[in-house]
Parts: sequence; C-alpha cells; structure tokens
Amino acid sequence: MNAVAIEKEPIRVPSSAQFAAFVTRAEVEDLLYFEAELLDAWQLREWLELFTQDGCYYVPSTDLPKNASADNSLFYIADDPVRMHERVVRLMKKTAHSEYPRSRTRHLISNVRILDASEEEVLVAAACVTYRMKFGSSDAYIGSSQYRLRRVDGQLRIAEKRVYLDLEALRPHGRVSIIL
Amino acid sequence: MDKGSMGNETKLVDIDYDNLQFRVAREAFVSEEVLTGEYEKIFNKCWLYVGHQSEFKKPGDFVARTIARRNILVTMGTDKAIKAFFNTCPHRGATVCRERSGNSKNFQCFYHGWVFGCDGNLKSQPGKESYSEGFAASGAGNLVAVPHVDCYAGFYFISFNPNVESLSDYLAGAKEYLDLVSNYSESGMGISSGTQEYAIRANWKLLVENSVDGYHAVSTHATYLDYLKNTNGSLSSTKLEGHSFDLGNGHAVLEYAAPWGRPIASWIPLWGENGKKEIEQIYARLVERHGEEMAHRMAHKNRNILIFPNLVINDIMAITVRTFYPQAPNYMLVNGWSLAPIEESDWARKFRLSNFLEFLGPGGFATPDDVEALESCQNGFNNFGSVPWSDISKGMGKATPSYDDELQMRAFWTRWNQFISGEPTPQPKLRQVLSAEAA
Repeated sequence: MNAVAIEKEPIRVPSSAQFAAFVTRAEVEDLLYFEAELLDAWQLREWLELFTQDGCYYVPSTDLPKNASADNSLFYIADDPVRMHERVVRLMKKTAHSEYPRSRTRHLISNVRILDASEEEVLVAAACVTYRMKFGSSDAYIGSSQYRLRRVDGQLRIAEKRVYLDLEALRPHGRVSIIL
Repeated sequence: MDKGSMGNETKLVDIDYDNLQFRVAREAFVSEEVLTGEYEKIFNKCWLYVGHQSEFKKPGDFVARTIARRNILVTMGTDKAIKAFFNTCPHRGATVCRERSGNSKNFQCFYHGWVFGCDGNLKSQPGKESYSEGFAASGAGNLVAVPHVDCYAGFYFISFNPNVESLSDYLAGAKEYLDLVSNYSESGMGISSGTQEYAIRANWKLLVENSVDGYHAVSTHATYLDYLKNTNGSLSSTKLEGHSFDLGNGHAVLEYAAPWGRPIASWIPLWGENGKKEIEQIYARLVERHGEEMAHRMAHKNRNILIFPNLVINDIMAITVRTFYPQAPNYMLVNGWSLAPIEESDWARKFRLSNFLEFLGPGGFATPDDVEALESCQNGFNNFGSVPWSDISKGMGKATPSYDDELQMRAFWTRWNQFISGEPTPQPKLRQVLSAEAA
C-alpha cells in the first residue's frame, strides 16, 4: 500500500511463562482463589495470614487516576498493617452493624496475569467482581485488582492489594463494608 | 402539595411545648408528594452548596455537578469571576460539558457544534448565516446563568430563586463556624483530590439528622470506639462532652470534646513522638494567630455543622464537606470531600487522610454503620401507617442542651416545616433563650 513501509515489531502476546523461574500463573491463581474462598466464608483472621507483616490494602475513590497516592488523595480504604488488622477485628464483632447480620458475598477473580516477577516480588493483575447480598439488595463491586506478592518461607504472600473500582461511583452500594 | 394533605389534620411536624415533645411524621420520609414539595419549596428556594473556592485556580477551570437534579456547570471566567450555568445547550438541549472537571476556555456542544466561552457567551455557531443578524448579539444563544452565585469563607453556593435573600443573611449564625473552619489555614483551605460518591437507600433527611447526631455514637459506633482503645493503648481521658446550638434559619452545630485525634491540633499516641512535635508546632501557630482561647477551641473542640438544607461540614477527626440530594423518598446520592489547609505538611496531610478514613466514608470504621442505621430506619418506616411518628424531643426544655440532645434536629425540622407548610412554626419562649445562648 504505502511506498515506504514502516518497520514495526509484530504485537506479541505477553506470557506468564517468561516468569516461570520465579512463579507460575497457576500458583498465583491458587492464592487468589483461596483468598476469595476465605473472604466468602468470613474467615477473615485466616485471610489476614495471607499477608506479609507489612501488608497493605487499598481501595481508591472512583474519580482518581490509577497512580493516585493515599498520602495526598482521599481513598475509600487505605489500610496499613495496623488498620487492616483492626478492620478484621471490627468486622468479626456483632457490633459491626453494617455487617452483622453478615452479608453474603461472592468474590470472582478472572483475567489473572503476571506483569512482572523477580526473586523479590511478583506483580499480578486480575479482574474482579464481588457481589454483596443483604436485606433484598444485591450489589456488584466491579473492578480490577493489582497485587504485589512476596515469598515468605517459600509461600506466596500478599504485600499489597489494591482494588480499582470500575464503577463511576459507589452507587447504589453506599459502602465498602466488606473486604473486596 | 395540596392544602388538604398539609392541613393541621395531617401535619408533618408536631410540637408540644407544654409536654416537651417534638415529633416528626414518618410520612415525611416516605411520601412522593413530600419529596415533590421539597424540591419546589426548599431546593428551589434556598442557597445550595456547589463547590469550594480551591477548585477554581485559573481562568477556564470548571466543575460540572448535579445540584438538586439539575446539571450545573461552574466556571472561572477570564476575569476570574466564578459563574454558574445550566449545563444545557440553549439551542436544542444537550449538555455542553460532559467532563466532571478540568480547564477549558470553550465548551462545545457536540450535537450541532455551538461553542461557548467560559463566560457562557456564544462564540461560534455553524451555519450562523441562516440565523437572523442580531441573534448572537441578543444573547439568545448564550448559556443560561443560574440566578445567584455567591461565596462565603471559600464555600460557593448557588440559588435557583431569583428573590433569595443575601447569602450572608441566609447563613445567619453559621457564618461564625464557616469562618472558624476557614481560619485553620494561613493560605486558604483546599479540597483534596478524591471524591467519595455514594448512595444511601434512605430518605435524605435521615442523613441530615445523623450528621448532627451526638446521641448515637456510643451504640452505633461501638466498634470505632473499640478501635481507638486498641490503637492508642486506651481510650483517651477526653470524654465526649459539649453542647448543641441553633444557629438560625435551620442551621445548627454541635461543639464538643472527643477522644479522637485531630490534625489541627490534638495529638493521640498512635501518631508517635514526631507527630507530637508537628502537632505542637501547628498549635503554637494557632495561638500566635488567634490567641490562646480561640486556639484551644479550634484544636480541641469538634464541630458538626449543618447548613440548611443539605450541607454538612464535619470538623471532627478530619474535615469532611458533604452534600446529598434525594432521588426518591427512599434513595439519596451523597458526595463527600476532604477539606484541609493548602499549606499543610506532607506528614500532616497523610495523617489527616488516614484519620478521615478511620471513621468517615463508605470504607471507614463508622460511616457504614450509619448507612446501616439510616437504611434500617427507612425500612422501619414501612410501618408508618401504624407507627406514624418519630420522636426528637431529647433535651427539650433544657437551658443548655448537650451535644447528645436533639436540639439541632429540631432546628432543622422547624425550618423545614416552615418551607413545606408555608406557615410559621410556633415559637416557644424557651427557644429564644436557647438562641440567645447560642449567640
């Protein structure tokens, strides 16, 4: 067509196999599926154990760019290890009224990809939909998640979990009272 | 709303000063007719919060917001004046701005291509030769301005009512509190990036009540108070303690001491020794600028401020600016922001936002339980035919109502009732005593 053809690399499909020396996608999926199961079973103390000692959990507000920091922007959730522990302590109490009686939840994880990996850390992206059912309402939290994983005694652990909601606003839900 | 349903036989606010009982009909929370009346008689008549001065820094800065079901475009013009327009093309109706915020000198309606300046004036019009010669000059093609825009202490308000009283008169006693909040900063307060936009499946007036409710903390927020104990070694010796004040025109405030930390400027152990130094510096500067007494009040007192009908500025463990509108009797849309001094250090900003999230917002340790309580009330109101009244009498008749009495809700409902019923609400002698104390 064009007299001067522009040399262009053909598009390549990224493969998780290139990180096989450090981690496999199956191992990452096992972790994320187990996490989903613990959350849906309300085994939140066990869920905490999936995190490293310095593990953090973030849910940015829906109008923020992806690179926003909780240090200077208003999130929905920005839990350091202390806050994350306290979140679980709270949610396990009968006086956490928003979640007692407990809502039913279903965490679905899909499109799991390894973005980068090294001896130190594994960077994972996934798509997620979490449903919360309670008192006649069924709300879907649609988004993507990004995980930083590290090995602790050979086991993959979560150093950071960040859930980016695709929703335009937290409506009609009104709360992120469950763990996404 | 027809007179029949608003007549005495079915009044919505029932005040019995002899027996110190103040009741609100639950019908007011469930009726479509009442909601229609609220839009006509309250949201169309009052001043409504639209945005903060800090959101407009240079000409062309704009925000597009939904205010009382209307699409509103607020811009800073080339002359730096803030203007508010109905976000609809005067030609055939499409919204001319479809971004939430940004900077633009022009707004082009994508439907037929009309272009408007940030002053709202029509700048170009495809096929303009087919219009009469004076069309553009007549102003018929300009964006339509909202009747009134005004600002107090950095807070911008609009009104759809051409005959509305001045903003200053409208705000009445609330001005003192808006001034106090704006005086935290030496260079201006600013809204942080990140908006908490959520919804509650409940009537909007339940959130009005909840936002200034000092009574519910111990039971609704038991887990939050547990959290404070867990993270600070023990609950601070500071007790929840203070008073509520009627600020006139439906505005009200609670001002009280509480066991949580405040970025300006009340330290808690969780913030460590470095935090302590920083907080001491912030406090010392407050004393220099405002004197010991005012500095103490600013730093150690919390304020839940209600500006009638639907602006809440809660100056508590952080400062939240919150506004909300009903979509239906049992459904409201809520927008919440964080307000902070622009010059605040990185440390202070980080701890402020962290402090905000520990309590406030849809992911906090407290707000979700408020949302649950409001939705639970709304659910309970399904019984309104058999259980027709809610009671907000707590503290009625006291010379100095406590922060956990319900004076502030009565101030709101009294004003609400004036707008809805069109009749003055009976005033007790006692009420004047309370107002005098508030002043």
